[in-house]
Formats: sequence, C-alpha cells, structure tokens
Amino acid sequence: MKIESNAAVRPADTESDAPDWRDDFPILREEIGGKPLIYLDNGATTQKPQAVIDAEVAYYSRRNANVHRGVHTLSQRATDDYEAARSKIARFINAASPEEIIYVRGATEAINLVAQSYARPRVKAGDEILISAMEHHSNIVPWQMVCEQTGALLKVVQINDRGELDLEYFARLLGERTRLVAVTHLSNALGSIVPVERIIELAHAHGTPVLLDGAQAIAHLGVDVRALDCDFYAFSGHKLYGPTGIGVLYGKTALLSAMPPYQGGGDMIRSVTFEKTEYNDLPYKFEAGTPNIAGAIGLGAALDYVSGIGIAAIAAHERDLLDYATAQVEEVAGLRIVGTAAHKASILSFTLEGIHPHDIGTILDHQGIAIRAGHHCAMPVMQRFGIAGTARASFALYNTRAEVDALVAGLHEVQEMFKR
Amino acid sequence: MSDLRELYQDVIFDHYKKPRNCHVLDCANHQAEGYNPLCGDQLTVYLKVDNGVITDLSFNGSGCAISTASASLMTEALKGKTLKEVEHLFDDFHQMVTTPESAPEGAPRRDLGKLEVLSGVSEFPARVKCATLAWHTLQSALRKQTNPVSTE
Repeated sequence: MKIESNAAVRPADTESDAPDWRDDFPILREEIGGKPLIYLDNGATTQKPQAVIDAEVAYYSRRNANVHRGVHTLSQRATDDYEAARSKIARFINAASPEEIIYVRGATEAINLVAQSYARPRVKAGDEILISAMEHHSNIVPWQMVCEQTGALLKVVQINDRGELDLEYFARLLGERTRLVAVTHLSNALGSIVPVERIIELAHAHGTPVLLDGAQAIAHLGVDVRALDCDFYAFSGHKLYGPTGIGVLYGKTALLSAMPPYQGGGDMIRSVTFEKTEYNDLPYKFEAGTPNIAGAIGLGAALDYVSGIGIAAIAAHERDLLDYATAQVEEVAGLRIVGTAAHKASILSFTLEGIHPHDIGTILDHQGIAIRAGHHCAMPVMQRFGIAGTARASFALYNTRAEVDALVAGLHEVQEMFKR
Repeated sequence: MSDLRELYQDVIFDHYKKPRNCHVLDCANHQAEGYNPLCGDQLTVYLKVDNGVITDLSFNGSGCAISTASASLMTEALKGKTLKEVEHLFDDFHQMVTTPESAPEGAPRRDLGKLEVLSGVSEFPARVKCATLAWHTLQSALRKQTNPVSTE
C-alpha cells in the first residue's frame, strides 16, 4: 500500500499541527448552542477547507459554462478545469491514466455502475458475488439487485468478534462460480482496515476481479490502485474534504472498455442517428448528461489540499487520536468498543451499557459534540454483534486530543444523567 | 438551545428503566410492529379492543429512552379509552411533540396529563420520531395493518 501520494511529509509533531490545519476550515469556528463545535462525525462527511469553498466560488464566479460543448472561451475554461481535476484524481490514486477516472455522484453510484454495467451482463444464474459481513448497505444492495436480476448468489465472508475479515473463510468461499469480489477497504461501522492486498491476490489467482469500496479509506489510507492491483475502486468526494454529489469510479481500462454504458444521454456518444448510436471513448462513455462540474473542480481542490499536508501526516495524526481516544474511553464504565481489529483507522464505535446510542448522541450534541448514532448504514454488522446500533466518533485531520478529552467528559455526563 | 432536562425528565428515566406494560399480550386482538430505520428501534404494540374500547394494551421491544418511555406512558394513558378518545389523544400528542414552545400561538392545546413530560421533545426535532414511534404503531395496530409501520 502506498502511504504517501505526492506531497512532502510535514514534521512528525502532528498534534501541534492540527490547530494550524483547523484554521483552514471555517465551519470549525461555528458554535452549537453556545459551545464550540467539536465535529467527530467525519465518517459521515468531512468539513470543507476554505480552498475547496473558494474553488467552487471561483468556478461559478468566473468560469461557469458547460463542458465539452462550447467553442467559446468560458466553455474551454470550464472544460480545462474539469479535466485538470480528473488528472489530479488519477495522480492521487496512481491510476494509469485519467481515462480510468469516471466521475459519478459518489461511491454509491460508482458501485451501482459496476453492478449494472459490469456484473449484470456477465453473471448467470448460479454464479456468485462475494462481499464481506461488514459492508455498508451501498456495497450490499446493488449486488442483491444484480442477484435478483440474474439469479446469481450473494456470498458473505464472515468476520470475527474483533471485526476482522476471516481470510481463510474468504479463501474457502472463493470458487469456480465467483464472478466478482466486492469488499470495503475500511469498515465505516467498525474502523477495521481490510487486508485487501491479500484478498486481491487470492481473487486474482482465481481470475476474479475485485472492487474496493474506498468511501472511508480514501481520506485515511494512502491508496495506490496500481500497487493494489484492484480492478475497481469507488469513493466519494465529500468524505475527502471535497463537495457532496461528486465521486469517483476507478476502473482498469480493459474492463471499462468492455462494459456497456451505464446511462444514455449527451456527452456519452460519438454519433447518434435513429438507426444507430456510437458511444464515446472512455471516460465519457459513462458520463451521460451535464456533470457536476463545480463538484469535480472542488474535489480537485480538496486533493490539492490533502496532498499539501500529505496523507501520511494525516494518517499519523489520526492514528495518534484513535490510540489516545481508545485508551481514554477505557475509563468510562460500561463502555464497550465495537470493532477491535488489530489494524484500524479513524473510527471509534462503542456502546454504553443501558444507554441507547441515540440518547448518547442527543446529550453529546448538547455539549457541541457531533457524533453518529445508529446502525451506520451497516445493519448486518449490528446484527453480527447483536446490537441495535453504536455511537461512533470518527476523526479527521483537524481533530485534536483536547476534543477527545471533551468527548470523554461528555460521556461521563451522559452517564451522570442516566444515573438518576 | 433548550435545556436537556426538559427532554430527559425524571419520569422519562423512570419509564425507560422500568417500562410499564412491557410484555407480549396473549389476549390481544390487534397488534403491529413499528420500526424506526434511522436508529433501528423496533417495537410491537398489542391491543385488546372490546366494543370500541381498549381494555388492555402492552408493548415489547427495544429502543432509546425517549421511544421506550413514550411507549410505556402511552400504554398507561390509553387503557380504558374509547377509540374516539384515542384518536383525539393521538392528534393532541402529535401536536405537542411537533410544535415547539417558541412557535407562534396556534390552537390552544389541552393538557395531556402525564404525557406532558414528553413535551420537551418538540425542541429536539431529531427525536420526534422516537416519541411518536409507539403511537404510529398503535394506529397501525388499530387498522390491523400487517406490514411493519415505519417512521420514514
């Protein structure tokens, strides 16, 4: 796995760096009910640095036009910026070329695209699609739909009590009829880093392609799609300090070229007559209609921002926060961490004995602390652990140890309240 | 922001920790399952209705403090009530938990007795669904709907 993408790593003292990074995020100056915002819901979406906000404003203020259409100057500007962002994305994940970068609305659409354009035309009744027991609903439901459409079977790799994928189980499930493996790179509900290198190796030994759901991983782990040798990689811009409504499907050229379009419309065609339509080249074949131009440009700005700090520095800072938080919450009586994998990143999911996550969420919110409470769109994970939901604190580059302290103090307050 | 104590009153904790009428009701002639997909709360409401009167009712399931207490309080409030009275109580309860105190004066609302402890919910819009889950499930049970009711 590649840790550093393309930027110089800052010095190791990242804890003292966080306050500087914080200044880049205007929303962190907000108050919630008179208390400073402590935003620990980064697994749901990250906040946006000024650079991303500025990029969208600049686009709409000075460069807005439709892309790939006009001969006029503005259209050329917009097209240049839109395509420059695609190249940035390709570099960020080390794709072989920008044509392997398909703009989509988010990781969800990326997975649906692969499900309908790659899997559906290929799989037959009795074929198998392999996922894991800790997938987000967006990496379950699209495959269930394909199975319903084709008669294929969905096979699920189990996880152990720590929330680690069982590789032996995976190897056993991988069979002659396995047509695709689709697993998360980093579990959104448990924080487990999945050993995707080994999964890809095993799957490829069977000639089976692998899709990685990188919605969580992309902001926390260095992603090098060529080093991983994954066939598809899906992620959203908004969990990576970019705008909502823009995401990426990476696919190997050979696979993407062989796939039919996902949607029909403008921009995805080379020529149209009523008798026959010729589709456009990659990546445009998959980008019907006017795209989210501002979103793509904003995502490009987010990647510049992240690369300026360096994924390695961000990962080290978040590692420190997660270790610190894991140790600090141990003193909270009745707290049980859900997801204790040996390799974790950025996510601390937990329950408090006798107190529902929703109540924890409301009481913490009253102290300005935003966490996620519930099943995290991963209901099978909750069922696996026999719980209705968890409270989840998830970290980003701008969080600090002081905020972890506030979380722990907040949890004590939750317990005080429930003692009555 | 309004005071948390307005939401989490002692009565709420009491009903959360010791929910009343929290069991399967064997003699029930109406029942329905309720589900809040947002938080995974799930409960079943059981009713015994005789000649237009709820002669007994209970609930079963797991949820947060607000949804559990609301279900518990509801079962206490509705025992012996006619279906017409239940309908009015539902409307009043719904109005109470969805209309913030700060809202401009609307139609005056009658006092709901013990159920008033849930009035603080109106200041926490994200929790309205917790408070109303049991009530929506009750409605579903009265209509004899067989599909689980959802707050979404």
